[in-house]
Amino acid sequence: MAEYWNITENAQVNFEKFKKEKPEPEMSITYKVGHKDFVNSGKASSEIKLMLKRLGVNPEILRRVAVASYEAEINVTAHSIGGNIICDIYLDCVHIKFKDNGPGIKSLEKALEPGWSTADDLVREMGFGAGLGLPNIKKNSDIMHIDSEESKSTLLEIIIFY
Amino acid sequence: MKLRELVELLEGTILTDPEHLDREITCAFGSDLISDILMCTKEATLLLTGLTNPQVIRLSDMIDLLGIVFVRGKKPAEDLIEMANERDLPLITTKFTLYKSAGILYNTGLRSCKI
Repeated sequence: MAEYWNITENAQVNFEKFKKEKPEPEMSITYKVGHKDFVNSGKASSEIKLMLKRLGVNPEILRRVAVASYEAEINVTAHSIGGNIICDIYLDCVHIKFKDNGPGIKSLEKALEPGWSTADDLVREMGFGAGLGLPNIKKNSDIMHIDSEESKSTLLEIIIFY
Repeated sequence: MKLRELVELLEGTILTDPEHLDREITCAFGSDLISDILMCTKEATLLLTGLTNPQVIRLSDMIDLLGIVFVRGKKPAEDLIEMANERDLPLITTKFTLYKSAGILYNTGLRSCKI
């Protein structure tokens, strides 16, 4: 199951065009995310924010990128067996891909419902698992796309324009 | 309100660099849910929380925190205090509950952060 959530007009058309054309990013960085590695989780998002800050991106956009990216990074840490974050920086936007190695999302529809969570006790004790991760990512992105199936890997992509 | 005054009101202790006591605190937010903290804080704010894991400090990389008050007598581990000092982020601990701490600060005029 794959879903788009477009906050801006014509975003789906633009996103499909973007995927087809595969434009060359100005910069591309890959980060590793470990399973349940809550000590290091968040480092990638914090580095992405810092990088965009140096490029002069405005603080409100920086906050949105950081929040969306951090929630997604925590999702990979808490719910998957590990994965990668690929951050492509363009002149007008940032495209961040969160690709994990499974086990996939059972019900995307449910996962997007605020308050619905499959987080275990360890994750909840740390202040996560409120079921607000995906809704929060959606709220802070211009384009969000998820491709996931049970027992397979999950790919979450977000695009935020400056 | 200066952080110094806030520490006295909450009968708390500063865990990071004492120079932080001269910081000006303009507003506050209290929660033990990280998603709520991320979603609700639209401006630089003080955070009151009972969470003491590394992700609370990491939060300050994503959103602007003026400082963190650990309630219910919680005290983070030494490496977290180190992490906070590196980020120039004041950490306070108080024995009061989240409810009591928030009540005291609200009564003295410290407003809630924009949500």
